[in-house]
Amino acid sequence: MRKNLNVIAAYSIMMGLIILVGIFQSWNIALSIFNLCLISAVMTMGANIQWGYAGLINFGIMGFTALGGLAAVLISVNPVQEAWSAGGTNILLSLFLIIGIVLAVRFVQKKYQKSKIRGYIIAAIIILGIIIIRFVSEPGIEAIEEVNPARTGFLGGLGLPIIFSWIVGAFFAGGLAFVIGKVALGLRADYLAIATLLISEIVIAIIKHEDWLTRGVKNVIGLKRPAPYEVNLQETEWFINLVEKFNSGNLALISDLSERQAALNQFVIEGSSVFVKLCYSGLFLVVVIILLILTQKALYSPWGRMMRAIRDNEEAANAMGKNVVKQHLLIFVLGSAIVGIAGAMLVTQDGLFTPGSYRPLRYTFLIWVMVIVGGSGNNFGAILGGFVVWFLWIEAAPIGLYLVNLTTAGLEDTHFLRVHLIESVPYFRFLMMGIGLLLIMRYRPKGILPEKIEIK
Amino acid sequence: MDALNALILLLNYIFVPALAYGSQLAIGAIFVTLIYGILRFANFATGDMMSFGTMIAILFTWYFQSIGLTLGFLPTALLAIPFAILFMGLYMLIIDKFVFKYYRLNKSPPVQLAMVSIGVMFVTQAVVRIIIGPSDRRFFDGEKFLIKANEFKEMTGLNEGLAIKSTQVITIVVTIILVSTLFWFLNKTKTGKSMRAYSDNEDLALLSGIDPKKIVMITWMIAAILATIGGVLYGLDKSFKPFTYFNNMLPIFAAAIVGGIGNPFGAFLGGYVIAFSEILLTYAYKKFFMYVLPESMEPDGLIQLLSTDYKFAVSFSILVIVLLYRPSGIFKGKIL
Repeated sequence: MRKNLNVIAAYSIMMGLIILVGIFQSWNIALSIFNLCLISAVMTMGANIQWGYAGLINFGIMGFTALGGLAAVLISVNPVQEAWSAGGTNILLSLFLIIGIVLAVRFVQKKYQKSKIRGYIIAAIIILGIIIIRFVSEPGIEAIEEVNPARTGFLGGLGLPIIFSWIVGAFFAGGLAFVIGKVALGLRADYLAIATLLISEIVIAIIKHEDWLTRGVKNVIGLKRPAPYEVNLQETEWFINLVEKFNSGNLALISDLSERQAALNQFVIEGSSVFVKLCYSGLFLVVVIILLILTQKALYSPWGRMMRAIRDNEEAANAMGKNVVKQHLLIFVLGSAIVGIAGAMLVTQDGLFTPGSYRPLRYTFLIWVMVIVGGSGNNFGAILGGFVVWFLWIEAAPIGLYLVNLTTAGLEDTHFLRVHLIESVPYFRFLMMGIGLLLIMRYRPKGILPEKIEIK
Repeated sequence: MDALNALILLLNYIFVPALAYGSQLAIGAIFVTLIYGILRFANFATGDMMSFGTMIAILFTWYFQSIGLTLGFLPTALLAIPFAILFMGLYMLIIDKFVFKYYRLNKSPPVQLAMVSIGVMFVTQAVVRIIIGPSDRRFFDGEKFLIKANEFKEMTGLNEGLAIKSTQVITIVVTIILVSTLFWFLNKTKTGKSMRAYSDNEDLALLSGIDPKKIVMITWMIAAILATIGGVLYGLDKSFKPFTYFNNMLPIFAAAIVGGIGNPFGAFLGGYVIAFSEILLTYAYKKFFMYVLPESMEPDGLIQLLSTDYKFAVSFSILVIVLLYRPSGIFKGKIL
């Protein structure tokens, strides 16, 4: 108990802050911050597995998040029958062609010795394949995009409950990570960072512009929900009774019957959105706790010990007979898969998929700030980092406004400096993140909750 | 005549824009490569440092315009560049003193410095957005075109016009002057040679009496010059928007690595490799083939290898291919 005191203290302060937001701003805001904190925590756990356990830099978090989101769309949206009949065969044919190309390349690689001619043959197969695929897929894509472009214009998904997409998102992200890992993990740390950053940009470019698959920048809205809808809740008997019971004290103060009914309606409307957010919080909390248990178990297992050994001294671990390349690939896939889960969770919560909103600053660099600030190598630290940084990211604007008002109190309300500063309050969050990161890196390089490994 | 038309078409839509864009990338790539070679870290604040320099130049441009000082047919921003460089240099030195110096003296691993540069990126981005705002700004004044498409058509009697923007010419001329001065400095002067020695082998350089403080300071000053000029040229040619500058970091990194990181000449050429491949692969060649081929063989599609949406993706794919098959870059930079 005693040695975990700082962990408990840090988490209680964090919870206290969120509760304060609930009391002073509104419970709606507090819960939406809390939900996104939980999603961020899942992302930081993924990044922490890669960076904290194994020392691999992955700046492609944005790409894996977006793939998770894509999974949510492909799983939950109902299939568009017309689009399938219009261009489905072409798309399936292209898919088989891609598999065929991959198999052909593998075959050539296995069958022939490494030589210049083999390189040319492989290049020829790939280029020829791409040209054939373009000819096959183009009419299909055009036909699909012409099917009711204002509402669908894409193939749609499988029409399954959206919860499944959390697992599928993990598989998508893990699959991409396997490919990237095969290609790029041999690079030195900072090159790996740049390479993953650029590859994630390619992924986003594809998601943004392949309208037949994702609707691209037209966005997919109105995804299914694992939680009830507010409108339905507001008409449900038991829910109204519940709200009445909760607010009976307040309601009793109002004597007029019609006024009391109006007040109750107001409470029901507010209560319904809080209730929906609470449902999400419950779901997300389950995911976070399961992942936390698994990652903690992994950290203290022989496997976790081996990962730390590889991180701290790759050559020594190699000399001890550990397969460094294989383990690096494994952990890269695992961490990315966790990020993929978070991506699917994010889209589930928002109920919409907007490829244009995936920006490296928000989905890659901010997550890294979370990992560094929280404490790399420590799962509790990483989760805390997700909470602290997301909280600051949202609350930076009110804090910034307060600071501006404080420092320019002597100036008139219409003074140009004051007006300008108040207009630029939204950008104080960047300043806070940057200064926070720099201070932590300088004075507490291991994060708020540093890595602590005890041999049990 | 058709062949000439086709040639002008390619010049107008591919060669001239790619040359200008490539020059802007090349300056940024040399900036990245210098920081990497001498201070030994990947600077993720590249794009934002460039936007900071451009912002100061814009502020000075506005000031000069308000007091009625212009350069006639040239943009006023050129006059503002020297002042902007001074401020930018000051900013760089302040950042170095308060942020990077500590890690350099502690001999921290490059990864840690890269993380720190992300912190600098956030701060610089905030400062730029707080001072000048996130909106799109054009600060170009003076004569817009050197040759207008219509004038060219009248002059030569061809179907295709060749439009050359003055900003494109300014970009290319300034790049040639800047880069040749830089290479002269690095290869011929004593300070430049000591910088290269320091980049090559730090310990040996220290043994032979090279002052590391001076080297680092000069590197930051050169970086300030490159960042400001590169940023201003890009802003003059297109427009200034902090977000695009941040995004430009990616093709700049690609250019630096493709050319061989740590090798300034490689970075210079890398910029053009990236720019030309981006534009060559996403240009629709329909009109070109209409001129070249006889009428019966005219194509009905756009003859576009990739849609323009994939412009960035092209440069990143090139980078990935280069990293796979020749990790030290085309022109042999530092070994990974």
